[in-house]
Formats: sequence, C-alpha cells, structure tokens
Amino acid sequence: MKRKTFLKSLAGAAALALAPMAVLAQDAIKIGEINHYKRMAAFAEPYKKGIELALEEINAAGGVIGRPLEFIFRDDQGKPGEAIKIAEELMTRDGTVMLTGTILSNVGLAISSLAGEKGYVYLASEPLADSITWASGNAYTFRLRSSTYMQAAMLAEEAAKTGAKRYATIAPNYAYGKDAVAAFKENLLRLQPDAEFVTEQWPALFKIDAGAEVQALERAKPDAIYNVTFGPDLAKLVREGTDRGLFDGRTVLGLLSGEPEYLDPLGDEAPEGWIVTGYPWYGITDGPGKTFVDAYQARWDDYPRLGSIVGYMTAQSIAAVLTKAGSTETDAIRAAFKGLEVDTPMGRITYRAIDHQSTMGAYVGRTAVVDGKGIMVDWSYKDGANYLPSDEEVRKLRPVTD
Amino acid sequence: MGLFIAQVLTGLANAGALFMVASGLSLIFGVTRIVNFAHGSFYMLGAYIGYTLMQVLPGAVGFWGAILLAGLAVGVLGVLVEVLVLRPVYRAPELFQLVATFGVILVIQDLALLIWGPEDLLGPRAPGLRGVVRIMGEPIPKYDIALLVITPFVALGLWYLITKTRVGVLVRAATQDREMVGALGVNQAWLFTGVFALGTALAGLGGALQLPKGGADLMMDFNILTAVFVVVVIGGMGSLPGAYLAAVIISVLNVFGVTYLPQSTLVLMFVVMVLVLMIRPYGLFGREEVAGEHGQVGEPERPFKPAGLQVRLLVGAGVATLAAMPLYASTFSQVLATDILIFCLFAASLHFMLGLGGLVSFGHAAFFGGGAYVAALMVTHADSPMELAFILAPIGAGLAALIIGWVCLRLTGVYFAMLTLAFAQLIWSLVFQWGDVTGGDDGLVGIWPAEWLKETTVFFYFALTLSVGGIIALRHVAHSPFGYALRAARDSARQAEATGINTKRVQLLAFGLAGTMAGLAGGLFVFSKGSVFPNELEIARSFDALIVVFLGGVKTLAGGVAGGAFFKGVEDILVRFEYWRLALGLLIIVVVILAPDGIVGSLRKAAERVGLLKRGEDTT
Amino acid sequence: MTNPALETKGLTKAFGGLMAVDNVSFALAQGELLALIGPNGAGKSTCFNMLMGQLRPTRGSVHLNGADITGLSPRRIWRMGVGRTFQITATYASMTVIENVQMALLSHHGQVFRIFPHAHKMHRDRAMALLEMVGMAAQAERHCAVLAYGDLKRLELAIALAHEPSVLLMDEPTAGMAPRERIALMQLTADIVRDKGVSVLFTEHDMDVVFAHAHRIMVLNRGQLIAEGNVAQVREDPRVQEVYLGGGTVFASEGAAENA
Repeated sequence: MKRKTFLKSLAGAAALALAPMAVLAQDAIKIGEINHYKRMAAFAEPYKKGIELALEEINAAGGVIGRPLEFIFRDDQGKPGEAIKIAEELMTRDGTVMLTGTILSNVGLAISSLAGEKGYVYLASEPLADSITWASGNAYTFRLRSSTYMQAAMLAEEAAKTGAKRYATIAPNYAYGKDAVAAFKENLLRLQPDAEFVTEQWPALFKIDAGAEVQALERAKPDAIYNVTFGPDLAKLVREGTDRGLFDGRTVLGLLSGEPEYLDPLGDEAPEGWIVTGYPWYGITDGPGKTFVDAYQARWDDYPRLGSIVGYMTAQSIAAVLTKAGSTETDAIRAAFKGLEVDTPMGRITYRAIDHQSTMGAYVGRTAVVDGKGIMVDWSYKDGANYLPSDEEVRKLRPVTD
Repeated sequence: MGLFIAQVLTGLANAGALFMVASGLSLIFGVTRIVNFAHGSFYMLGAYIGYTLMQVLPGAVGFWGAILLAGLAVGVLGVLVEVLVLRPVYRAPELFQLVATFGVILVIQDLALLIWGPEDLLGPRAPGLRGVVRIMGEPIPKYDIALLVITPFVALGLWYLITKTRVGVLVRAATQDREMVGALGVNQAWLFTGVFALGTALAGLGGALQLPKGGADLMMDFNILTAVFVVVVIGGMGSLPGAYLAAVIISVLNVFGVTYLPQSTLVLMFVVMVLVLMIRPYGLFGREEVAGEHGQVGEPERPFKPAGLQVRLLVGAGVATLAAMPLYASTFSQVLATDILIFCLFAASLHFMLGLGGLVSFGHAAFFGGGAYVAALMVTHADSPMELAFILAPIGAGLAALIIGWVCLRLTGVYFAMLTLAFAQLIWSLVFQWGDVTGGDDGLVGIWPAEWLKETTVFFYFALTLSVGGIIALRHVAHSPFGYALRAARDSARQAEATGINTKRVQLLAFGLAGTMAGLAGGLFVFSKGSVFPNELEIARSFDALIVVFLGGVKTLAGGVAGGAFFKGVEDILVRFEYWRLALGLLIIVVVILAPDGIVGSLRKAAERVGLLKRGEDTT
Repeated sequence: MTNPALETKGLTKAFGGLMAVDNVSFALAQGELLALIGPNGAGKSTCFNMLMGQLRPTRGSVHLNGADITGLSPRRIWRMGVGRTFQITATYASMTVIENVQMALLSHHGQVFRIFPHAHKMHRDRAMALLEMVGMAAQAERHCAVLAYGDLKRLELAIALAHEPSVLLMDEPTAGMAPRERIALMQLTADIVRDKGVSVLFTEHDMDVVFAHAHRIMVLNRGQLIAEGNVAQVREDPRVQEVYLGGGTVFASEGAAENA
C-alpha cells in the first residue's frame, strides 16, 4: 500500500472516530445506512463513495423537501443480530426516517423482517436474494438492485442463443448459489426445453478446491458451464480451469463475473469470451451513465465499481421518494415508493407496486483481455423490467399483499 | 484410471499448504499447550508478505526467495507475538492464552486491511511453471507437481529437525513432559519462543506457497482455520506424521467428495473428524496426554459460599436499577440491555460447565443457535404459538446437549473441546445445507413474539426476568450438592469416583443443563431479533462466549456474567469507530496481560491488596 | 467363624506376559489391621486396584463379607462398604476442608443430584465430628489447597470414614509424612479399628509403622505372597530377609518400634 493512501486511511479513521460527536446539521433528514464495512470492505467502500457523491450533489442542489439529506453509516460486522440492534438504535434514538444498506442477503432479510414487524421503511440496496421481495417480502421493504432471478434470467437468454445442450453448473454451496442455479435452470428450460444439466458442483463458499472442481466438471463433458462462484473462489477456478483447459471450446456463463469487483483482481488472467453480467463503466461513452462515471472519477480519483453505482442510485432513490412523499412520515414514504420512478445513470427505473422490486437492470456482455486487464465487450444494457416473471406468478411467489 | 491418478495427485498437491500450516499449529500446541487461534492469521500474513516480495524480487530466484523470506518474516512476527502477548500469560489458567490469540486475530485483520487494502490480490505465477503436464492424458498443473515434490522435503526436514537434532530432542521432551525440560537445564521461555517462531514460519510458508494457486485475501485467516484444526485433531495434537497423514487423507477425500458427492463439501471433513475421534479418541498418532488431565493448571479456585446479605443487596439494587430502565432510559437502551442480558445468560451457561466443571467446550453455540432454531422451526413449519415454541427452545437444546455430551464426554481436555467443535460444525452444516427446512443461510425470518410481548419494554422485562432468573438458577445450582459434585469431579475424578460419585453422569447432566440455559438464551434471542441465521451456530459465536468467560474470569463465580456485560458493552461502543477490530483486539490483549485471572478475579485480588476484601490464604 | 471381611482367592493380574499379581489368596478378618508389604514393584498397588475395582483381575475372585465383588466398578464396591485412601492424596482442591467431607457425606446419603438445597449447610455436624476424629477440626474452614501434606492424608481418612465403611483400604497412608506424624496417623487408624470394628488392609514402606501397629503382615514379592504371619514370624522369615537384603536399616529399629 502506498504511503499516501495509508495516511488517508489514518485521516479517515480519525475523522470517523470523531464523527459521532460532531454536531449534526439540525434540520437534516437522516437515513440509517447499515453495512458490512469491515467484513466486505472491497464492496462496501465503493458503495459508500457512491452514496457520498450523490449526497453532495443532492445537497448542493438544495437537499430534499427543503432540508439537507444525511446518511448515518453503521457497521454491523456482517452479523444479522447486530444489524437488528443497530437498526433499532438508528430508528428510535438517532431519528433516522428510514433504513437502507447491506450486501449480504441474510443481513438484508433480517432487517427486512424487522422493518415489516416494526413498521420501518427499508430499502434493500445490494442484497440479491429473491426472497427479499418475494417469499419473505413485506409491506415496508423495497429493493433496488436487480435480483438473482433477474440476472440469471438475462444469462439464460444469452445461453439459449448459443445452441449448447449439455450444461454443467458450479455455484457456492449456499442460498445465493442455489437460487442462482434454480433461476437459470428455470429460465433456460423454458427457452430451450431440450437443455440438459449434466452435473452440478457445489464448492463451499470461499473454500473451493478448484483442482478437484475442474476435474469433476471436465469429467461430465459439458458443452457449456454456468458459473456462480465469485471472489477468491472465482480466481482459483479461473486459474485451474485455464491451466487444465476446461474452458477450451466451451461456452461459459458467469453470473456477476463482469463486475469490476470480481473481474479486476484477475488482471491479465481474466477469462476471455465468457458471457457475463457486470458493469462496463469504461465503455459507457454518453448519457447519464457517462456523467456519473466522470463525476465519480473527479470526486474520488478512482474508477467506479458496481457498488459505486448502486450506492449512488440508492441515495438518488431515497431523495426521489422523499420528494415524492413530501414528508418524512413512514406511511407517506411507503406509499410514495410504490410505482416510484427515478432517473438514474442506468436510465429510468421503477419501483414496482406489485412486489417492491425496482426495474434496475444489468449489463450483459462478453469478457476480453485488453492491455492486461479484463473488460466486457459487445455489451448491452438489459432493462430489469423484462426479466421478471408475470404478475400472476409474482402474486404466487409473494404471499404478502399490500 | 488416468482420472483416478489425476485426482489423487490433485489431493496430494492440496495437502501441501494444509500440512505446513497444520504442522506448525501442532508443534506449537505440542510444546506450549497453546491452542493458537491466530494461526490462520499468520498463514494470511505469509500470503500477503509473499505477494509483496514477489512484486519486488525478479525471476525464479526472486519467486522462491520471496516464499522463503515470507516464511522467515512471519516467523519473526510470531516471535513478537509470543514475547509480547503470550509470554506474560503462560501461568494463566489452561487455555486462557487462546483469548490472547483471538485478540491477535482482530489486530492482524485490521492491519492487513490498512496495509494491503480491501481488494483480493491474485497470486503471481511461479516462473517457468505455468501450464500443465499430461499424465496418462490428464492435465496436471506444473505447480501442483512442484508442490508434490516440495511438501515431502519440508516434512522430511521437520522430521530430521525433530528426531536428529538437540533442538528436536528438547521439543520432543517438552511435548511429552514439560517439567523434564526444566530439569534438563534448558531455558524453557526461549524454547517456547523458538517453537512458536518455527510454527508460525511454517504457517507463513504455507500461505506464500499457495499464492500461485490462488492469492491473498482478507478472509483467508478464518477460511483455513477449521480445516487446519480438523487436520491437527485427526492426526493427533502434537504429532507431525499425524498432521501429514491427516492432511493427505482430508485433501484426497475432498477431491473424491467433490466428484462423487458434490453437495458434501461442507460436512465431509467434520464427519471424518467425528468418526476418527470416536474410534481413536486422541487422533491417529496422538497420545493420551492432554492438557487438563491433572485437574486445573495454575492456582486452584477459591472456595465459595452463597452470597452474603451485603452482596445480595448489591445485586438486588443492580437488578432494580435495570428493571427501572424504562423510567429513565430510551427505547434503544432497552433493546441494548436485552441484547446484553441474553448474551450474559449464554456466557453464564458456558461458564457453568467451563468454570465449575472444567469442561472447555468450543461448540457451545450449537445450543444457543440450536435453541433459536428449534423455536423458529416450530413457528415456521408447525405454526406453533410463540409461547410453545419458546418453551421448546431450551428443551430441544437441552436434549441435543445430552446426546452430544454423551459422545463427547468420552474424551477429556482439548480433545473434548475439539469434539464439541466438530459436532457444532456438523449441526451448522446441516442447517446451512438443508435449505428446504431451515432456509439455509437465508435463515428463518418473521419469528416475532406473541401480541402481548411485542412492545419493546414488555419484551425487555420478559428477557430481564428469564435471563436474571436463569443466571440466578445457575448460581443456585453451583451451591447445591450437584454443583459441588461437579467441582469434585473436576478437582479429583479419582476421589469422586472412589466415594461413589458417578462423575460422567454428573458432567453429562451439567452439559445438559448448560445446553438448556444456552437454548433459553437462544429462544430469547430469536424472538428479540425476529429472525435466525446459521451465524448463530458458527464457531465465531462459540468463541464469543468462550472469550467473555475467560476475560471475566474462569475461576470466579461471576466471571461469565461480568465478562459478558463488559465485552458486549465495550463492543457496542467500539464498533462505531472505523478501526474497531484493531481497538477491540488490543483491548483484549491488554486485559489478558493485565488481568490473567480475568476481570473479576483480578479485581478481587486488587481489592485484597488494598485491604478492601479479606485476603484468601496464599496458595502458591 | 463369620465370613472374613474381605477375601481373595487366586487373585491374578497379567499385563501381557508379566504377572503383576500372581495367584494371591488371603483373608482379612473382621476388625483386623492387616499390612501388605513388599519392595517396589511387588504388585501391592495392582492388588489394591483390583480390590477397589479400578482394575479387573485376569483370574481369581474377591469377596466382601461373603459377597462376590470381583470386577465391580469402584462406585459399586464403595457402595457396598469399602473405603479407600490413595498413595498420592486426592482431595478437592477448590473446597474447604469441611466441604471435602461434606461432599463425601452427600454421596453417602445419595444426595449428589439434588439441586435445591444449599450444600454447605448439609451434614455439617457429622462432617465436623469426622474431622474431630482425625484431628482436623481446627482447620475445618481452611482452603484445602493450602494444607500440609500430613493434613491432607488425615482429611482423606475422614473422607473415607464418612461412608462408615466396614473395610478400609489404605495405600501407603503415611508416605511423605514426618516420622512423628506417621506414628500419630497409625495410632489413629488403630483406634478406629478398635472403636468401630472396621477392618483395615494397608500397604506401607515404613517397617517401623508396620511392626508397631499391624496385627498381621503379608509379604508380596514379584506378584506372589511369600510370607504371612504376625510381626515376629515375618521378621524371622528368611525369605523376607532375603527380599529386603540390603534394607537392613528397616529391621534395625525394632527396639524403637516396640517402644512406640
């Protein structure tokens, strides 16, 4: 680590240490933001920067309903129980008007359950679990990011175009992995009924035995491989798989693999030709998407990750909902969220009244290595609205109505 | 056939790093009797330091040099930790040092984040070893072959060191009989330092060696820890050949597990561990000589009497102050107090068997989370009313404790602790894997109290009554004949058996009671949070309780409760700051060094010194 | 004659090929103070451990007041009225002296699994009486961990007596004690035998102690009983002389022993 960044971190630490004691602007509207800042620092830091950038812009433009907007950031250590406690503190002591945050699905589900019980509005910003808006959905919980189902459906659509028949899947052995495989299967079999799943591999999260997994995948002789692993697991899988020739002549689909958070650490060993969902910020050359990238780079001297744009859109959504509600009362916010439309760097998104899911989409493209770095090429933006089940199905999936 | 051989080779290559890390842990335990939870952190440091050095040093020489230097550097850090943190607490009660090593974990986590940043680092390739060789048509990465060759050399080198050199003689002597080393005229302190340095250097070496197969990330420390403990326990704690054999068995089995039982990746290791320990209780090459078999290390606990009037009044006043909270404190204070009370009951239940029974459990979360899950499953699948589900939480946890205790109590000391850990992990993986019933890691949500309990203040009184009630009940049992028998079984099982006390049954029932109380805490927890996730069954949860019991003071009756309240309170404040892990880790280390008798024990000694309390008779 | 208090027939224990105890038969009469002596490694402790149930005999039987107790667990044998003290003392270090005895009394009364009463109030008077008997009453409230070794031995005796045993097995009761303490402890044991009709079998290294107090002596060597009889008979026995050859000092102090 460079000395400059070290000093910056120290300064940041000092600033944060003093933050709780600083006098807050008196009439600010406060939002409680709970996240795993330490446990998942690589994801939470860009996310937080995205929020901060949006806040600066919002407040420079006069805030919302005439008041400045302020986020209170709290670390939950990645533990659902801690998050619940902090949520209570934010809502009952710190005077926040609503909650947002979390990357891990289980923490998001815990806060969502609390929100439903106590009547707090909660915008689940990053967690992907389908159940947040469906099986465990409730009247007070909304979600920004395109869910596991939506992103898997986008990849299934691409997969059906390749003509591959024999599919192998590899996904971390936990809820997200299972949801991602189930959604992919469901959508692919609908589009291509003769597709066949020849093996399913379930490595333990962050404990992948990549050599063994590659051997097992190879043994099944698939035409295509659907990958859900990420982080250090992905790095190991890509390395072993490339070395052992697993990907040669095969179609590979990677859920989230194109997000800078996962693609960048692979450097020049990033896989080539994978069909992935991700965020090709470097390729966005015009429109609000470009404006955001420029503003972010100017503000932070760093490029945006997927978390950055999610954070930015979170703050935008909250500003929009408060403006629409014209009040900070829970019921007004809740009512305003239904059908809320927000103009974001990804275009206009809508928070659907039927299941509280936003129509934020994702970028789907192919990976390539250029100048020693993995990037997405031939990408296009897929509107999330097109990858959700029919309203009838959604009503079956979501027992709660409101 | 080709595939079979390729799979075996993959397993053997995987065994390399695992063996190096495990042999280090095993050596450290064998000689110093320290269960070094921070061992994974040294492994992580090895990877990071190795990565940094490889950026600077060029070529093949630079690559291999970087690996060696990383091992050396981590060894030096190991010396620092040993001298600064562990040496001051060797005289503390058995296993107390593991609390200090836990503090080290937290400190290293934050320092690594500060120095290397949050993003995963992809390990550099070994120069000249990119690509594969084909063996019977199957591709095997060249670096795997290199690992296959290197590991036996490291193992042989260690074997030579241990069996053929004077240092090795001392190490073996110390492993078998610590007093003897003193008699041989060896400076024990430096022997310990040396072994700790060697052990941590091996961990660092393992971390650096695996770089070309993966990289360095901030979760490596915990991710390897369980596998390493499993290997050390299966091999037999303190045994190097055992560690090698176990690393090979686990790695090779894992490869076949991945191919033929892809869903088994979570449980396989722990099933193997439980099976091995049930057939060979001390591991494949372990000896039936464990910490704790001669009663407790260090000075014995003081005799105790039921609280006098003064103390009762004081406790009564404290409870009254708590009970009056809704009159003067905010809603959130009641939420926080509820959290702390529940945690104190959990800690007190562990303290009951750890302090009074001398039974160190590394898997107590199984009963806390178990109780929470029993209640949540009843609500989710049987639509049972909250009251019934709540009552079943302690009952279910208690029954589980009786069954698990019955198996685990065949062992003693560290092996007992490890077997409880294995069972807790089995339950965790069952809950994690069985998504249809338990929701997997998406947990069970919407588990809220009945209408009459919904109000925060009402629930606070509910939790207050049951937590304080549970803690008082545990204290009362401590003073009962059963509590005395539990201490008798700990102090001298020989005498207890010879005077007709069925020590195993006493310990089993104590285990069951502790499990029941942990389940009660779990039941309170799930209805206060409204949801439960596998986190509540995790090793980290068990460690939470273990650490507060040690920090509070094992050999004092109030240790669990005081430690729980102190730790939770401090944590709530510290996590508001960015570098809270660093602060918390340092705080733990400072408390461990300044108060080796725990907070309560050390306060009592200090009070005696200044004359506030009557001095106990000197036992040294 | 009534049944002997304790009787063994052909008691044998083999560890692999080694006969630690080889075909040992003897009887402990009611109210007798019987010594079992022999050099180190003669098999005394193995013998004791078989009598008390810690070891299962390879062959042979043990009868207590006529009842077969061969191979029963220590707890069962204790329940049938056999008490023991250990060569290396075993007491509850975290408790006070009186609590140690109370613990034994709680077990005696089958109250170990009670969780409601306060243990420290139970059987205090009886515990105090037992401590009185072994001369430890003054130290009743002391922490067991700080006691002198001789006091621990006496405490152990009180613990063993709490059960009102009919047979008491004492494994080197005076080991590690000063000479004056040894005499006192054996005198105490002799008094108990006389007053309570307890039968005592003890092993001992110190021949002064043995010759001064034992009613009868058995000599064990290499697992076999080689001699048996009263003090004078054993002392004269040439085989015993041979076994203890070189240990002349043991026999030299006979005058002192007789005067004790």
